[in-house]
Amino acid sequence: MTTDMTVETMRQMLERLMLQRDIEEFLSMEAELLDERRYDEWLEYIADDIHYHMPIRRNVRFGEQYRENTSADSEISWIDEGKRVLIGRVRQINTGIHWCEEPLSRVRHVVSNVQVYDPEGDEVKVRSRFIVYRNRMEDEVDLFAGKREDILRRDSVTGWKIAKRTIILDQNVLLAKNITFFF
Amino acid sequence: MVNILPSLGDRSLRSLVDLDQGLISREIYVNEEIYKQELEQVYGRAWLFIGHESLVPNPGDFFKSRMGEESVILVRDHKGALHVFLNTCRHRGMKVCRYDDGNTRLFTCPFHGWSYDTDGKLVGVPHFKAAFHEELDKSEFGLHEVAHLCNFYGSIWATWDRDAPSFEDYLGAYADGVRRCFESMDGIDNGVELFQPVQRWRLPCNWKFPAFSFDGDRMHGVTTHRSINVAAIGPQGDRNEGDRHPMRARFPSTAYEMSIRELGHGGHNDIYEQPGVAPYVDTWQTEPPEVDEYYRQAREKKAKKYEGQFLHGGGALIFPNVNIQEQRILHWHPHGVGATESWRLYQVDRNAPQAVRDAQRRYMMRYCGPAGLTESDDMENWNYASEASSGMMARRLPYPFKAGLGHNHGDDRVPGMTLNFDIAEENQRSRLARWLAFMEAGSWNDLYPNTKGK
Ligand code: FES
Ligand SMILES: [Fe+2]
Repeated sequence: MTTDMTVETMRQMLERLMLQRDIEEFLSMEAELLDERRYDEWLEYIADDIHYHMPIRRNVRFGEQYRENTSADSEISWIDEGKRVLIGRVRQINTGIHWCEEPLSRVRHVVSNVQVYDPEGDEVKVRSRFIVYRNRMEDEVDLFAGKREDILRRDSVTGWKIAKRTIILDQNVLLAKNITFFF
Repeated sequence: MVNILPSLGDRSLRSLVDLDQGLISREIYVNEEIYKQELEQVYGRAWLFIGHESLVPNPGDFFKSRMGEESVILVRDHKGALHVFLNTCRHRGMKVCRYDDGNTRLFTCPFHGWSYDTDGKLVGVPHFKAAFHEELDKSEFGLHEVAHLCNFYGSIWATWDRDAPSFEDYLGAYADGVRRCFESMDGIDNGVELFQPVQRWRLPCNWKFPAFSFDGDRMHGVTTHRSINVAAIGPQGDRNEGDRHPMRARFPSTAYEMSIRELGHGGHNDIYEQPGVAPYVDTWQTEPPEVDEYYRQAREKKAKKYEGQFLHGGGALIFPNVNIQEQRILHWHPHGVGATESWRLYQVDRNAPQAVRDAQRRYMMRYCGPAGLTESDDMENWNYASEASSGMMARRLPYPFKAGLGHNHGDDRVPGMTLNFDIAEENQRSRLARWLAFMEAGSWNDLYPNTKGK
């Protein structure tokens, strides 16, 4: 009896570890695609029904934190879109005349503190933290820190697809002149 | 009156702004002392856009706004009246409001605890008896309020200058166009509210790059925004070659650069050959059908309201730094000589159903703002144009504002307006002319009406 329990517990632990590892590898691979500007390939990992949302963050009185981040249902955010617009962004960059990305910026994603939780059916929720560094032209530097809340969905071809991404940027007034790449 | 600035040697401001030749010195965009002077001469006097009454619907509601470089609070007091206060405690200057928006009974300073009522009165001073011996006259130290506030069809404007003309006079012939930017799709005055919150972000360029060129530099579109059509961000999606603007039926009309030379306001507006409102074309192909349905019905109502009337003109850049359009407001605040804090605010019909609100909101977010597919390219150009104009040698080369120079004309159908070809640089000359007038003026007496010496 005790032996059976241990085997079962170990199986579950291993499964969790494998899932964690799998997701971490997926996020690293995604960062590699973005940093190397392999945007067309990146789009293959984006679910057709993705909601890609980057709220604006307010300064609010203590006790009102529930409205600190803007809602995708009724408010204005920095970004709030689906795959059609993401494809549009990639196409625009690929024209070579999208001046704010021509020449291309140097962007590096550092993704860490990956938490995998609430697996349900073929979906799993993932929280990760990022530092995104953008360096552009000669001396233009922007640093973005924040958290991503994703829903990843299993896919028979690509392994995983991103079905939902919320990007919580740790800024109020955006300190960069524009956002021309992906988080 | 001629101003000589130490850093400009013996050159007067007037010599930097040669409107007859259309030659403008780069100094006025990069010179620190000129910048400091314009904060006083322009931002200390002009009517400035503050926000909208829908941001503060209830007593005690406040919204943190901005006038020039400074933080101000738009607040509805407990009796329902609107105020705009400088966001600084009268004791040692601490910011009394540090939230973007909210509702409050009092503004209590976190430094020594002075507290102010929503009508600005100083009502609480700790140690009033023991330390101040009750000798402090509280009525002298209320929050500093603007000299005039105007609620113009729901939009809120203010000026620091007691001698400023009324806001309607300040707008002049653009009053009607601006009014219509705050009416609902079906033509009801003050029929919109603003989506919340405001998009606010920093641009590395002088505020005049965006403010003086927007709606005055149609020339930039073809080149700056050459990459945008492939993304097809317009409401009609891929139809119409991916045009970023909504499709529109138009009555026969001609588009002009239209401006009021004496006041500095100007936009790209149409003169129509026929009265009324053009019928609606289905546009929102990327949205549920109820969206087009809503706009179509609204348009029919609006057509009834304006039957037989000519609706020339429309939105414009209102001097010095805000562009009012039908569904968006573009606002640029000075933030140091080489930096701008850019704001975007978006109107929506107060009674619009959810599907319409969502459609409009998402369209605005993919078009405008720092992540907007259209506007991101503007930031790049303003950024590096500003940088490459600042050098010791670069700043000696004047900018030519020559497109359409000497081709101004008037039209009886739009009295008070100066017209030029749709792609010209007259609106920018007009803003620069008004800017020079503000910079040289001793007071509002020299500015309104601004017909002296013309
Ligand atoms: S600075 Fe506000 S109470 Fe002293
Ligand atoms: Fe533009």
